[in-house]
Amino acid sequence: MNQQGTVLDTVSDLGPSRRAKFTRRVLPFIIMAVLLIVIPMLGPSRTALSLLNAIGINIVFALSFNILLGQTGLLSFGHAVYFGLGGYTAMHAMNWIEYADGGFWGSYPMFALPLVGFAGGAFAGALIGWPSCRRAGIPFSMISLGIAELVAATGLIFVSFFGGEEGITGDRMNGVEMFGLNLGQVHQVYWFIAFWTFVGTVAMYAFTRTPLGRLTQAVRDNPQRVEFVGYDPQQVRYLAFIASGGFAGLAGGMSAVNYEIFTPEALSLAPSGLVILMAYIGGIRYFAGPILGAILLTYMQTNLSDFSEAWLLYLGLLFIAMVLFAPGGLAGVVIDVTNRLGKPGAVQQFVKGLVAVATGMIAFFGVVILIEIAVRLTNGHGEVFQPFGIGLPSTSLMSWAIGVCLVAIGVFGLKFTTKQVGER
Amino acid sequence: METIVFSLLNGIIYGLLLFMLSSGLTLIFSMMGILNFAHASFYMLGAYFAYSIGSVTGFWVALFLAPVLVGVAGAAVERFGLRRLHAEGHVAELLFTFGLAYIIEEIVKIVWGKIAVPYKVPAALDFPLFELFGSQYPAYRIFMLVVSLAMLFALWYLLKRTRIGLIIQAALTHPNMVAHLGHNVQRIFMLVFAAGCALAGLAGVIGGNYLVTEPSMAFTIGPIVFVVVVVGGMGSLEGAFIASLLIGIMQTFAISVDATFSDLFGWLGLSASSELGGISIPSLAPTLPYLLLVLMLMFRPRGLMGAREF
Amino acid sequence: MAIYKTVKLTVVGLVLMVCFLINNTVESSAADRIEMAYIDPLSGTFGNAGDSSLKHYQYAASLINKAGGIGGKMVEIVPFDNKANPKDSLIQLQKAIDRGMRIIIQGLGSSVASALTGGIKKYNKRNPGKEVLFVNYAAVDPALTNKRCNFWHFRFDSHVDMKMAAITDWLKTQKDIKSVYILSQDYSFGKAVSAATVRMIKEKRPDIQIVGNEFHPIGKVKDFTPYVQKMMNAKADAIITGNWGSDMTLLIKAASQAGQKSPYLTLYGGGLGAPTAMGRSAVGLVKQVTEFHENLDASDEQKKKIDDFEKKYGTDYYWERIFTSMGMLSKAMEKAGTENIIGIAKALEGMEYETPYGKVYMRAEDHQLIQPQFISTYSDGVERDVENTGFGFKTDLRIPAEASALPTSCKMRRPS
Repeated sequence: MNQQGTVLDTVSDLGPSRRAKFTRRVLPFIIMAVLLIVIPMLGPSRTALSLLNAIGINIVFALSFNILLGQTGLLSFGHAVYFGLGGYTAMHAMNWIEYADGGFWGSYPMFALPLVGFAGGAFAGALIGWPSCRRAGIPFSMISLGIAELVAATGLIFVSFFGGEEGITGDRMNGVEMFGLNLGQVHQVYWFIAFWTFVGTVAMYAFTRTPLGRLTQAVRDNPQRVEFVGYDPQQVRYLAFIASGGFAGLAGGMSAVNYEIFTPEALSLAPSGLVILMAYIGGIRYFAGPILGAILLTYMQTNLSDFSEAWLLYLGLLFIAMVLFAPGGLAGVVIDVTNRLGKPGAVQQFVKGLVAVATGMIAFFGVVILIEIAVRLTNGHGEVFQPFGIGLPSTSLMSWAIGVCLVAIGVFGLKFTTKQVGER
Repeated sequence: METIVFSLLNGIIYGLLLFMLSSGLTLIFSMMGILNFAHASFYMLGAYFAYSIGSVTGFWVALFLAPVLVGVAGAAVERFGLRRLHAEGHVAELLFTFGLAYIIEEIVKIVWGKIAVPYKVPAALDFPLFELFGSQYPAYRIFMLVVSLAMLFALWYLLKRTRIGLIIQAALTHPNMVAHLGHNVQRIFMLVFAAGCALAGLAGVIGGNYLVTEPSMAFTIGPIVFVVVVVGGMGSLEGAFIASLLIGIMQTFAISVDATFSDLFGWLGLSASSELGGISIPSLAPTLPYLLLVLMLMFRPRGLMGAREF
Repeated sequence: MAIYKTVKLTVVGLVLMVCFLINNTVESSAADRIEMAYIDPLSGTFGNAGDSSLKHYQYAASLINKAGGIGGKMVEIVPFDNKANPKDSLIQLQKAIDRGMRIIIQGLGSSVASALTGGIKKYNKRNPGKEVLFVNYAAVDPALTNKRCNFWHFRFDSHVDMKMAAITDWLKTQKDIKSVYILSQDYSFGKAVSAATVRMIKEKRPDIQIVGNEFHPIGKVKDFTPYVQKMMNAKADAIITGNWGSDMTLLIKAASQAGQKSPYLTLYGGGLGAPTAMGRSAVGLVKQVTEFHENLDASDEQKKKIDDFEKKYGTDYYWERIFTSMGMLSKAMEKAGTENIIGIAKALEGMEYETPYGKVYMRAEDHQLIQPQFISTYSDGVERDVENTGFGFKTDLRIPAEASALPTSCKMRRPS
């Protein structure tokens, strides 16, 4: 990747050229902004807009999580706590705006509610982060788990803040309007979500470029050395933790406006687990990885769940496959493929890769058949799984045999082809 | 008086159930550094296996067969999953078991349905054993107590009085040394992992019909098992034992106490009508283990009886 | 750190996003049939309750379809799993609306109903001409037809205050009950049960002592033994509980294991697994207040319907009011047209309807169905048993529809 450096004799020129800087650091965001603006012009349905809004929230949430896992090397099992506490703060602010009688909240625009969420999340991060960040590794994970359970259980006890089982609800159509948006219709909410997704993404990317952002990576890779250089790793972790909590709170504020409700469930282990899956499947080693993961998982969550009761099983299998075979996640796979394309012998590699993908698809298809006929066998609705119009009744031995055969062929083929690709 | 006796009895039984679950996890964790997120899933598998086997053969066969099957499943997970990941570090292993927990839950939902199955206490044990203060005590709970104590003794004997126990104990603290002495540490790992899963399975067999056998049972009890392991301390079965009993008794006692914060802290001026004062102690019961966990990690990261920090 | 790869990744990601979009732009429209959204728990702790009521709704829809549908259109019940969670319910509501459904059915959980009624009110205000209607068949927090009532919400079950009034009326005749213990789930419904009980006992039987008023987390307790022990220590003559679903089943299981001999005055002791957990020891002790149980007098036609249902689905016939709600809804839709939600709502207001167990009517001022209530006891020697236990419910007391009605504080705002 060093083709752009033409002059290598002076040290100062080792850095990327202005052009490279532009294409790498600015262009992606311009493309993103353009796409975000173009999408509504394609005339998406309400369903699509609802999905996009959910995706936007999850993108910010997953990116904020990756500040911890990917950048600082801290695996938290309770990241939803900051999402939830930020969201709850925003939810209360939404109600303060509704019932405000002049004063600060009377003139506060609903559009800027995620900033309240950011403040709430960062405050929670500052409070909880101090005892959590003393240690990295497994102890950190355990503390985060304990705190997540503690906060989730407390959510049902302190009714005035968390609203008990019902949660807190509000109405987003209040307060001062900004950009002429009253946030009533779903397409108006889209602009709100798009704006904050963009701002959040840019801000988090900028964070990775700050000296603090650089230091967090150093702390992840070699805390001892960082200490040698004269920084306190605990403090670096703590500051990253606060930033991460703040951005999670920002996502919470977006969610407050989109759904107009927050319940104690939002603080629990389930959403915390989902964000781990999102970030990891997307690829924690790349800034854009969690974005891919958030898009894919939100899509699966809203659409796949309509087609298959077992969508979480597919998700789990995908996750395990990623952990075992592709620790770089989706982003890693994409980069690997594009890198190989540019090299000599690319066509050959590409063909071999296609064969590998094809055999993988066969195995995958076999797994899908097995899972789907098993689901239909036990759920008792008596429907028949019909891929491509071929009926595969769950009770016939033939369907099971087909599934098993496909898996066997696929796995065997995959073993064979990957060996060849590996040998180059 | 009644309250104390009953709470103590129920708390001890619950605590022993927790110990059965956490003893395996403690061994695995201290030997291999793997915090097995899916450990409670094996507990769930134990309950479901026992339900299915039991409906064919009766409870007593299932009591022995189900843990064995769970142990085999555990061995397979170690051999084909975790062993490949050992070089990638502990976070990768943790993530693997985390994903595994999802998969096991979904498979259970597919095979046995999304709602609770009618896994019942065997008829031979479904009678009141004795009456105490006008309230009957079910025989099955005493049976649970007996099974737990038998397991406890077997475990103690295995670890302290047999050769394999000696090697396991050595591998807990000095895995490299044990390997240098010519023992197959990987096989010991697999064995311990399988045994730990089988113990969790046994807990599922006797706990599934005492509580409820449903797909969410793993995620309900899983975090509490972690609490036991951390509070008990790294590599310490004694610590895990004490922590299990402590948490079991603490939780049952909290429910039976009839007091609110205002009763406890009234002398500080906390009134019963304020929100904080109105919080009742029983409603705090689910939070207590986690409070203990966080405090322990903050002030005594070694745990109660841990030999070293983890 | 390969931040430099951001370009490629962003492009790929956003292209993916557009692909999803195109995939999603097809909006499903079903002009030939009426899809109704059923939003209730189909998995998790309360999954069995949702499973049972969904089967009732599907059966009710099949009966309507057999008779020619509504206005010639076939009815389909589309299930959405909300996991008994208010936020998930709002997401499912969004999905249902996006797929063009205009009738929303929900019942299990007042916290969910509260979120849904708020969400629907806001949606209808923001989307005039595309309104949706909320059919609530079981969420009985009184607030839903009092302080928080709105034009789009119709309740087909008697609310907590009405049911507690029936129970306390019965208590007036039981002079040997001197103390009661109240156990409720810790959320809006449970709090309503507790408040109504305390208030009404003070009114009707000031001599009764309330020896316990406990709340437990909903759907989380797996072993109720400590709670039962507490009740036994308190020496209560009767237990009053609003528990439902698995919270009821497990409570009864713990009580029968401990050999508790106090009468249980319940709202939901008669179905969804509770009878199975009771067994012989509960005979004569468990009472419930409902609009239906299987041993009520009925026509042969109704009895055949019950038999057909139980044969087809292999589960007990439990929710008569589900058939009432579908019957009244289809009558209103025939009258106002299947798409005219405001018209349907106006047709439902004040509608009178003949059920197999008496006449009912939808009170216009708060959209609360007024129907006869029955107090019944778990007994021996009944014609029809519950859950194949050999035991079933026997009527103690019938409260006529008018007598069960209570005044409302609802100030309904109707669209002009």
